[in-house]
Amino acid sequence: MIDPELLQRHGLTSDEYERIVRFLGREPNLTELGIFSVMWSEHCSYKSSRVHLKTLPTEGPQVLQGPGENAGAIDIGDGLAAVFKIESHNHPSFIEPYQGAATGVGGIIRDIFTMGARPIALLNSLRFGPLDAPATRRLLEGVVAGIAGYGNSIGIPTVGGEIAFEPSYAGNPLVNVFCLGVAKASEIIKGVASGAGNSVYYVGAKTGRDGIHGATMASAEFDEKSAEKRPAVQVGDPFMEKLLLEACLEVMQTDALVGIQDMGAAGLTCSTTEMGSRGGAGVEIDVALVPQRESGMTPYEIMLSESQERMLLVVKRGREAEVERIFDKWDLHAVRIGAVTTDGQLRVKERGIVVGEIPNRALTDEAPVYRRPMGEPEYLRDVQRLDLDALLRDGVKAVANDPNAALLALLASPTIASKKWIYRQYDHMVRTNTINLPGHGAGVVRIKGTGRALAMSVDGNGRYCYLDPYRGAMLAVAEASRNVACAGARPLGATNCLNFGNPERPAIMWQFAKAVEGIGAACRALGVPITGGNVSLYNETDGSAIYPTPTIGVVGLLEHADRVVSGRFKETGDVIVLLGPEAAGEIGGSEYLKVVHGAVRGAPPALDLDAERALQSLLVALADERLIRSAHDCSDGGIAVAVAECCFETNGMGAELSLDAVQAARDARINTAAALFGESATRVLISVEPDQLTAVLERATAARVQARVAGNTGGNRLRISVGGAAAIDLAIGEAELAWSTAIDRHFVRRVA
Amino acid sequence: MKFGVVVFPGSNCDEDAFHAAKDVFGQDAEYLWHKDTALKGADVVILPGGFAHGDYLRTGAMARFSPIMGAVRGFAERGGPVLGICNGFQILLEAGLLPGAMLRNRGLKYRCEHVHLRVEQTDTPFTAAAVAGQVLRIPIGHGEGNYFAPADMLEAIERNRQVVLRYTDPHGKVDEAWNPNGSINAVAGVCNEARNVVGMMPHPERACEALLGGVDGRAVFESVIKTFRLADLRRAQVPA
Repeated sequence: MIDPELLQRHGLTSDEYERIVRFLGREPNLTELGIFSVMWSEHCSYKSSRVHLKTLPTEGPQVLQGPGENAGAIDIGDGLAAVFKIESHNHPSFIEPYQGAATGVGGIIRDIFTMGARPIALLNSLRFGPLDAPATRRLLEGVVAGIAGYGNSIGIPTVGGEIAFEPSYAGNPLVNVFCLGVAKASEIIKGVASGAGNSVYYVGAKTGRDGIHGATMASAEFDEKSAEKRPAVQVGDPFMEKLLLEACLEVMQTDALVGIQDMGAAGLTCSTTEMGSRGGAGVEIDVALVPQRESGMTPYEIMLSESQERMLLVVKRGREAEVERIFDKWDLHAVRIGAVTTDGQLRVKERGIVVGEIPNRALTDEAPVYRRPMGEPEYLRDVQRLDLDALLRDGVKAVANDPNAALLALLASPTIASKKWIYRQYDHMVRTNTINLPGHGAGVVRIKGTGRALAMSVDGNGRYCYLDPYRGAMLAVAEASRNVACAGARPLGATNCLNFGNPERPAIMWQFAKAVEGIGAACRALGVPITGGNVSLYNETDGSAIYPTPTIGVVGLLEHADRVVSGRFKETGDVIVLLGPEAAGEIGGSEYLKVVHGAVRGAPPALDLDAERALQSLLVALADERLIRSAHDCSDGGIAVAVAECCFETNGMGAELSLDAVQAARDARINTAAALFGESATRVLISVEPDQLTAVLERATAARVQARVAGNTGGNRLRISVGGAAAIDLAIGEAELAWSTAIDRHFVRRVA
Repeated sequence: MKFGVVVFPGSNCDEDAFHAAKDVFGQDAEYLWHKDTALKGADVVILPGGFAHGDYLRTGAMARFSPIMGAVRGFAERGGPVLGICNGFQILLEAGLLPGAMLRNRGLKYRCEHVHLRVEQTDTPFTAAAVAGQVLRIPIGHGEGNYFAPADMLEAIERNRQVVLRYTDPHGKVDEAWNPNGSINAVAGVCNEARNVVGMMPHPERACEALLGGVDGRAVFESVIKTFRLADLRRAQVPA
């Protein structure tokens, strides 16, 4: 009955099948084969990534919950915990953008409230192909509408995010969603099943045939037939999830609950197995008791369905009525589908007859672990070579000769341009906690009743990682953490979403391993342990992989919410100070090289982690002492773009800046561009009231952070000189128009 | 005074309205569950924003049938002040407590941003502390806020001075470029003929604290608190 073709359809190798037979001491039946296939899929088992993930730093005095649970948690004082995680929904979003993105939001929200936390903020990190392609616009429009449709309806604000457009994502967009919630530290709830005889409850939407093998789909490459997999994408119901959220939080107020887990990837299979495994217990359920949307569903289909908005609860024996009453109040039907056992088995029955029996251990701890072969990709040596003078010799567009034109081109690059078209579709103010609106740096939400606030940022630069995955991944951690520090918050913890190609290819596995090393190094140095996350592999279409893209979410704490710092200039006549090392003129891998010269080359900027840590500590101290009025990090597009962004949305306030000359190439044009648009790391532009300047410079010296007065705010033009020579002179209105309309203009609708 | 904040399944600005009433303005506040049939002595009722019952049908179409709505209707008919914010406004329209209907936004997309509103009428309990012509900067967040009324109804609403708030530019001038959703006559808020029931698409509860980037929404809460105090002074409380 079980032949090679059936195994292939289940994404299992013959070695893996032999392993299954060995564990069971017999051939599995079809239901059991299905259960193994989803639990051993890359998506659920992390079989290729696990050996590398183990090297990440996950501990610290602030860490209340590290990886392994539904989400991580850090201590934020006042007896409270911030519970957060990031997760990908790349494959479903490519196949069906609206529902794929919507259910991605739904899934990560469940992971947070499952821990007993009230979700209070969402972020997202998106990657698409070039925006001028109609297919990209369709995908972007669908993904944004899906995120909005779900998040807005359930009433959790989307307070920030980031997006980039690169050809490598055209056939495989990335949709990474981050959610943060707040719980009482002493009341964090875990996904455990324990206590023999305790009841296993199913609550939420009915189980249908949707999403069967979603986890297996997310563990395969795409080809032209991928659209046929659309039925494997689920449909989201944010209203159902809102009811579940409120009802579950209410149930958690009682002590009748032992554990709870959402049914996400691999549905009922994964939740029963993982809960049993964590609690060192077994779980026995009868699939006939599971509420079903369609008739005639087989145990195989019920166990593998990925229908959305379903939760599995373990309730103390004798307390069932109490829990049922709460779900009744919310018009939800909670059904007892089984019980906890002591034998460590996942036992599936249908009307009392056993139809599947597998030791939990075989599905979790004993899942295969691969140490896949790695090899440095061949392309690397070529793309890391960068001859700047050759860029000009080969003939250039006029824009390369005119810094003003180059700045306008960068500001209009969709990766840099205003994202208002996107975030205006997200309710970013519901719950009345948002104190740093989107587009102004990190997302910041106050914690009502405490005076504190949490800042959060997601960042990642796939192009950097393509050129050097180790350095690129370090830079992603540094940037996310720096954005949090710019808001005045002390970075406390991180979560990662690792988006890569097919791990069975040595070059991809090498990228993955190097990126994880880079994340580990940066997280250790910056004191932000990884508390959880997600790995998304097989991001390839027709054999072409995405840029290796680790996305990092960092969460930080502001002791005083009202000392939050935004990225916009506030007052005319303020002094602009550049914090960070002298300009080195690094333009390898920059947005400038890509936009102006069409080149994706060179080494990404170097990163001195000690300097980075000192800079971030200084930013937090300056904010806490109320010494600065704004802080904006220099990343995509370098200082010139950073200062322009500081001027935008301020009613046209201008600035004057003088930068040191740099020596990056022989050609003067390149040197000017390197000073303006180079993306050297660990640099932040702050604006300071003139009276506070001395204090700021003193604090910087004491913190061993270089600080130089670079200019001042005022007027209605942006003027930047390099080495004393005028380089940029633009009306703010003109620059802001280029920046604010670059994405909108692709979506202009002629409507009355 | 006591605020009653109705909670429908799918309401998501209920806690925000409660927080504004209780923590920002120091008033009593209580949630009113949609299955309840009494208002628990509330002096003012707020129908908050959100997506009641998921709003998979027309917005507000199902919420109007909730048991609590009978009590809200009776309270309104006795002259009690009722404020519908966003989804609450949509529910009041569906319940027939306010005239008109909502269409999808002109741009067909959800919009969340600050808008400018001109106070048109100050003889309602929710605008009594404002000055006619005053411009308020308050956020919106909706996908169906495109107010519509047929010509004769619109004419009656205007004649009866039932348009309470209008979308304008920052200087209080009506300008289609500053109308975020295509509402007819730039209507952002209306009242009933008796003037005690008000619906508005913008969210005043999101603009009550400086930390959140604006305090213009305070005018709405201050108005109803002031109205209640005056009524209290006259010993003319609305019977519960």
